[in-house]
Amino acid sequence: MDRIVIIGAGQAGAQAVASLRAEGFAGAITLVGDEPFPPYQRPPLSKAYLSGDYARERLFLKPDSFYAESQCDLRLGVAAVDLDRKAKTVTLSDGAGLPYDRLLLATGTLVRKLPVPGAELPGVHYLRGIAEVDGLRPELVAGKRLAVIGGGYIGLEVAAVARKHGLDVTVIEAAGRVMARSASEPVSAFYEAEHRGHGVKFLLGAMAQGIEGRARVTAVVTDRGSVAADAVLIGVGVVPDTSLAESAGLPCNNGIVVDEFAATADPDIFAAGDCTNHPDFTGGRVRLESVQNAIDQAKHAAASMLGKGTAYCEVPWFWSDQYDLKLQIAGLARPGDVIVPRGDPASRKFSVFHLRGGTVAAVEAVNAAPDYIIGRKLIAARAQPAPERLADISIPIKSFV
Amino acid sequence: MPKITYIEQNGKEHTVEVPVGWTVMEGAVKNRVPGIDADCGGACACATCHVYVDPAWQAKLKPRAEMEAQMLDFALELKPNSRLSCQIKVTQELDGLVVHTPKSQH
Repeated sequence: MDRIVIIGAGQAGAQAVASLRAEGFAGAITLVGDEPFPPYQRPPLSKAYLSGDYARERLFLKPDSFYAESQCDLRLGVAAVDLDRKAKTVTLSDGAGLPYDRLLLATGTLVRKLPVPGAELPGVHYLRGIAEVDGLRPELVAGKRLAVIGGGYIGLEVAAVARKHGLDVTVIEAAGRVMARSASEPVSAFYEAEHRGHGVKFLLGAMAQGIEGRARVTAVVTDRGSVAADAVLIGVGVVPDTSLAESAGLPCNNGIVVDEFAATADPDIFAAGDCTNHPDFTGGRVRLESVQNAIDQAKHAAASMLGKGTAYCEVPWFWSDQYDLKLQIAGLARPGDVIVPRGDPASRKFSVFHLRGGTVAAVEAVNAAPDYIIGRKLIAARAQPAPERLADISIPIKSFV
Repeated sequence: MPKITYIEQNGKEHTVEVPVGWTVMEGAVKNRVPGIDADCGGACACATCHVYVDPAWQAKLKPRAEMEAQMLDFALELKPNSRLSCQIKVTQELDGLVVHTPKSQH
């Protein structure tokens, strides 16, 4: 076993290179990325990098010397276009063929396109990579009107940055509340109120039906009326990039299906990061869009590729920065969880615990790091605290572990 | 450019130049100083960039903000000079800063 090829030069791909070398792999490593940049952090894209107060070079996960010293052949600006599992070869868009002994798919996600007329007009933006943010930033001019389609993390983080830059911002969201897919109702309500307090306008329960304009966008048309706009950001989620895996006949179902060792159905092919559908710590399956999963699953995948894998069952964690608010989430919330609020949202420091069958399954903490950290421990320990005690802020959170 | 010195538990020293405005965590990561994981990339969300500030420099740093203090409260082997290095912004005044990395971030 002396050739490992990694497709996808993001957080998981970079981690896999580091972990393979740390585990003592001495063979050849090739890391392929379709963007022209070496692996970089995505979280700052919708925050500090969009704001313009964070230089591009600060995004890069590793210094250039890392790849040279790790003897990693970095192939940037080329896509993997074919995977021949029989010949154990990946073909790149520049025609190169890469034979492998083990292959890691770390292809991440693609933005979900909004299938409405006018979505290709100048002034309409998506946000996934450096190039998109560089295209969006010049729109951040005070007084301009920005319509944000999608009230999830990306939409709201961009709304916060745009308000700081003095734009007139309207968020259009199909669900009845913001962050509906990922947050509980109390957290959604709190964030909506915070954004309103910062001057963001909302059109909730509204479906975008089209984008109007001739040379440039002028308005977003929804089933609840029209929103005039000088620029539009579409943030309606992402889809896993499974095209290569699917074309090679690997099982995919909302992500490349892998086991707890990050192994696909092909014994020589592994997958890690946002593109995988993997077992979760509760015994179910999940696809995650997170830095934590990219790092931890890539570590496990690297070990598995070298034949010394251990099962991956970390408690997931996430965060979002909006204004001066830090939202930290651990675990996986599901519809039907019993919601236990702790603290008063009016104090701008509170948390919401999710109990499933009495067991802590998730915690959302707003400016409340202790609740988040203890929550993570409670989730990992499958703890069953009494809900009324959890809700009682006179009982220190630390006393629950 | 300000120089920052990172000292590992085994005594190994790394002195590197870090641009003003970057963080002490970034100085370590970009120069491959071992012992600072910084999984979250500097968002004060993971507490894996814990360092001990050399006592001679403690008074020259701005005190911990509330979120940093909260996150640190759960760090392994917390000491009075514990900081999250992603929350220390490099300034010209910090030229020569010395920090020590901990045994483990997890």
